[in-house]
Amino acid sequence: MDSKKTLTRADIANAIVSEFKVSKFNATEIIEDVLEEIAAALKEGESVKISGFGTFSVRQKKERMGRNPKTMQEAVISSRKSLTFRASPILKKIVNSKKK
Amino acid sequence: MTKSDLIMKISEIYPYMSIRNVDRVVSIVINSIVDALREDRRIELRGFGSFWVKTREAAQRRNPRTGEKVFVKARRVPFFKAGKQLKEVINGK
Repeated sequence: MDSKKTLTRADIANAIVSEFKVSKFNATEIIEDVLEEIAAALKEGESVKISGFGTFSVRQKKERMGRNPKTMQEAVISSRKSLTFRASPILKKIVNSKKK
Repeated sequence: MTKSDLIMKISEIYPYMSIRNVDRVVSIVINSIVDALREDRRIELRGFGSFWVKTREAAQRRNPRTGEKVFVKARRVPFFKAGKQLKEVINGK
């Protein structure tokens, strides 16, 4: 897509290590805990709202007919929950603030 | 759940850390994502999901309520897609 490096857990862990006296292992562990707590709330159907960032919410999707685009075969798509993220107005503004 | 609820949950796991420091850690996680998006970098958190920015072209659109023509400037929009594992978690698998 572009040449800019993708940000991963390791980069976030480095940012934590540079601010706190913790090992990279511990930093990675706390990142995992943050993500797991968010997942746990979503699992309960709760929305997770991080101010200045955005809101994660779970939507219930109904069962519907779909088609395998490769084989053109029709199949029932079972009802499921989907996760959506709505960026906060602040975040939308931030991504538009840079001259690229 | 709000950011402060999240901070409280993390504090329960790390009782020896001050709430202020937990807040700083959570903020570093969020800000790292925000900063990367600002730089148009993709964020990939395996199992959880990924964030990236899409560019919307400038276009002539209509205000759906009034039918009035409006010109929408090109803009950048943040996106998130849940990872496989997280999708399974919310579907109780």
